Amino acid sequence: MKKHNLTRKELAEAVSDKLGYPLSTCSDMVDSFFDTLKSSMLDGTSVKLVHFGTFSVRDKSPRKGRNPRTGETITIQERQIVSFRPSKNLRAKVNE
Amino acid sequence: MSMLKKELVDRISDNLALQKQDVSVAVDIILDSMAEALSEGRRVELRGFGSFSTRKRKARQTKNPRTGTMMDIGERNTIHFTMSKSLKESLINGKG
Repeated sequence: MKKHNLTRKELAEAVSDKLGYPLSTCSDMVDSFFDTLKSSMLDGTSVKLVHFGTFSVRDKSPRKGRNPRTGETITIQERQIVSFRPSKNLRAKVNE
Repeated sequence: MSMLKKELVDRISDNLALQKQDVSVAVDIILDSMAEALSEGRRVELRGFGSFSTRKRKARQTKNPRTGTMMDIGERNTIHFTMSKSLKESLINGKG
């Protein structure tokens, strides 16, 4: 059987089970958590979560790319990416 | 410039008018559930934010930079984060 993905819904259920808040409130907490993380990324501020990892924004310099279909050369503009570095803890956990 | 868990919790509790203590527990549950799922080899898919998955890295040999001796590094899992399309576009277009 294929393992199913972990989604926001399941996270909200886990929070609700342990905290006893209604599912809708827990769903709001999960959404607010990722919204806050996202807005911090958009501000360029990295977020360090102890025992989990660090989210940071990195600049990628422009580079030349090629359209694989037409073969024409294009310049890929300078852009930013979010990178995630798992903590030592988490790296150990996925290798247990 | 980086934000820590405490500040993240403060923002969520302000936003939702909930007790900091409860939000703090909720954030821990969210992170623990994600770590648990990844350690089971499941994917974590968060619409509008991104997804996390584990990838296998092959066993390889490498040189100890200090002593110059060759050593074996066994096969291990790493965590990979992919930004969602909307997060990617928000980063390009400024504040999304």
